[in-house]
Amino acid sequence: MNTTTTSSYSSNKIHPLKLTLWVGIGSIIMMFASLTSAFVVRRAAGNWYEFKLPDLFFINTLVLLLSSITLQMSYKAFKRSAAVPYRRWMVATFILGWLFVLLQYQGWMLMTAAGATFTINPSSSFIYLISGVHAAHVLGGIVALVVAMVFAFRLPVKPTPRRLMRFELVLQYWHFVDILWIYLIIFFALYL
Amino acid sequence: MTHTVNAVETLEEKLTEELGLNDHFHDHHHGDKFQSNFLTHYVFSTDHKMISRQFLITGIFWAFIGAAMSVIFRLQLGFPEADMAWLRPLLGKWIMVNEAGIGKLDPEFYYALVTMHGTIIVFFVLTAGLSGTFSNLLIPLQIGARDMASPLLNAMSYWFFFLAGVIMFLSLFLSTGPFSGGWTAYPPLSALPQAADGSGTGMTLWIAGMAMFIVSSLLGGINYITTVLNMRTKGMSLWRMPMTIWAFFVTAILGVLSFPVLFSGVLLLMFDRSMGTSFYLSEIVVGGQVLDRIGGSPVLYQHLFWFLGHPEVYIIILPAMGIVSEVLSVNARKPIFGYRAMVFSILAIGFLSFIVWAHHMFMSGVNPFISNFFVVFTLIIAVPSAVKVFNWISTIYGSNFRFNSPSLFAIGFVSMFISGGLTGIFLGNSAIDIQLHDTYFVVAHFHIVMGVAAFFGMFAGVYHWFPKMFGRFMNETLGKIHFWGTMIGAYAIFWPMHYTGMAGVPRRYYDMGASFDAFKHFTDLNKFITVAAIVVFFLQIVFIINFFYSIFSGKKVTVKNPWGATTLEWTTPIEAGHGNWPGNIPAVQRWAYDYGKDGEEFIPQYVPLKAGEKDHGH
Repeated sequence: MNTTTTSSYSSNKIHPLKLTLWVGIGSIIMMFASLTSAFVVRRAAGNWYEFKLPDLFFINTLVLLLSSITLQMSYKAFKRSAAVPYRRWMVATFILGWLFVLLQYQGWMLMTAAGATFTINPSSSFIYLISGVHAAHVLGGIVALVVAMVFAFRLPVKPTPRRLMRFELVLQYWHFVDILWIYLIIFFALYL
Repeated sequence: MTHTVNAVETLEEKLTEELGLNDHFHDHHHGDKFQSNFLTHYVFSTDHKMISRQFLITGIFWAFIGAAMSVIFRLQLGFPEADMAWLRPLLGKWIMVNEAGIGKLDPEFYYALVTMHGTIIVFFVLTAGLSGTFSNLLIPLQIGARDMASPLLNAMSYWFFFLAGVIMFLSLFLSTGPFSGGWTAYPPLSALPQAADGSGTGMTLWIAGMAMFIVSSLLGGINYITTVLNMRTKGMSLWRMPMTIWAFFVTAILGVLSFPVLFSGVLLLMFDRSMGTSFYLSEIVVGGQVLDRIGGSPVLYQHLFWFLGHPEVYIIILPAMGIVSEVLSVNARKPIFGYRAMVFSILAIGFLSFIVWAHHMFMSGVNPFISNFFVVFTLIIAVPSAVKVFNWISTIYGSNFRFNSPSLFAIGFVSMFISGGLTGIFLGNSAIDIQLHDTYFVVAHFHIVMGVAAFFGMFAGVYHWFPKMFGRFMNETLGKIHFWGTMIGAYAIFWPMHYTGMAGVPRRYYDMGASFDAFKHFTDLNKFITVAAIVVFFLQIVFIINFFYSIFSGKKVTVKNPWGATTLEWTTPIEAGHGNWPGNIPAVQRWAYDYGKDGEEFIPQYVPLKAGEKDHGH
């Protein structure tokens, strides 16, 4: 048996589903990169209404940030099989996720009330559209979170490799939409 | 249930048993999971081999429709005076019959035909049909995997494609016709429902269909990347992968990075159409009414579209390049010349494809200084392309070449790629593009380099891997008739278009002879092109008949490895079940191109290196 060839095979590769998630995240990044660069290109072309972004969007960033921390807490609790904090932090994340979406909606209402309506100028149209597409990705995360909650409440709390991996998928996606929003809010603050 | 090993008969089985990767595939009972009924076996299958066949047959369906459309509008272009009333049973009210009984093709529908021909061939046939078929078939089989990383996502990829097809097909039957503003769907024609007949419901369905299509491409692409990176068998390092896998891998990366950008572009378009925003629309007068939209830029759409659109042409051509490399090497009985150079040129083409998109927009009013940047990078693509052509020719040079249907189509691909690639050097220059933009020169260029060439790659793949897909051979005589007819016919169609294009005949016009005195002398040439197009169309029907006849009644494959190839797909049973290999997965010991080495005709990848033998893959 030829040892040089068999030793080149390693089994410690990344889990296929995790890699799938990362590649998928790569394509989501491309989507937001294209939307924000369209924003920059369109802004440079002139005829661009400037307005102040409601403070609520900045405050809301903290809500999403907090939800990332709570989900991380839940994950840590799950790893040491602590059922109560595992479930409690997960429910907290679920509530914070919904709170974020509702506050985003409130932010859009504030923009409309201030005259920066959806159709008045591409500047405001872009804000609604980009933050709306982001909110859709948060809602997707909430769907994944619901599945995780069903697992948390219906299955015995046993951190098997398979269940840890599944939790990590949700966790990484959730952190991703969080970081994505931080990028977007900084982008809006700098470029609007 | 324990798997009982049959008596070890061949070297291959012995080596797989001894050295292969035992993933305990048969240690546990699979039960009903794979004991499928008709519906789960042929329709809602998650087996990559079945999904590959689904993609191929759906692709053939769309290719037939797309080609038939081109025949109809070629009839209009070649014989504008002819009576088309006989097409009424098929096209209904789109043939306008006057009092004298002479039928004419409705100009609106002509535009719809041109638009749908482009959309169907580019996306449904050469993206989904080509990548979907061969990535699905070959990635797991050639890297030694039981199936894709996520068989479920894979099946969903097909069904989203199917749904996209259903939506696009329905749009053909609207009373206002399908979308008619060109396959690129530039605003304002695509953004204003009142702009043209096809811009209403036709465009809505076009957008919905394309959105489904993008989802399908992303699900497929994500899966291909993960499978290649993650599911390779023991010993299958990246540098031992066949050229096909490299090509499919880079294709998938291009798709995953560029389709989301098209999605953004289409999303903004949807909002402009139905929510009253003005991303792409500005002060426009439609039918005497001034639109209330202000400040949009249609060029923004072009940027977003071509950021996908240019990688898209490589999404189409790279899989064909991979297939051709493999088919040429197997039939030349020689290793692919310059394997590493081939891989690096694919990577270079993939990278460059992202920074050349504005060469489609030289005449759209982009800054000429920015154009210079895009001219330079566009012309640099000629370098890796030339490396590939040189290596293909060197691969077959001095070889004892087997001329059969797949290898002939592979040579045809190289010929088409050279002819079409050379005209690309003309078009890549922004100054020459002032004359040639939107003329038949462009039509000739992209039909030869990406249309015909990619079809040739696809045909080479179908003829070559048909024994693997269906356990039978296709008819060789019909295959050769198909090749020679298509090869000569395709040049007969597209070569003359260079001349009409240089003379300035614009593309997409309903009528180019009768209304323009300047182009009257091309009337006979146009007739010639149309006749050639009809002949080539009927030759493709020969292929379709050959294909379906051979599925049921072709010559049966009796040996596992009929072409004498080195790659792993030929180590599976002739009719491979779910999981591909009944026992262990063979371990890979060497690169994929050991042909004519050490006096042996070919050495398969599972054969261990002899003492002192050097592997080319490391």
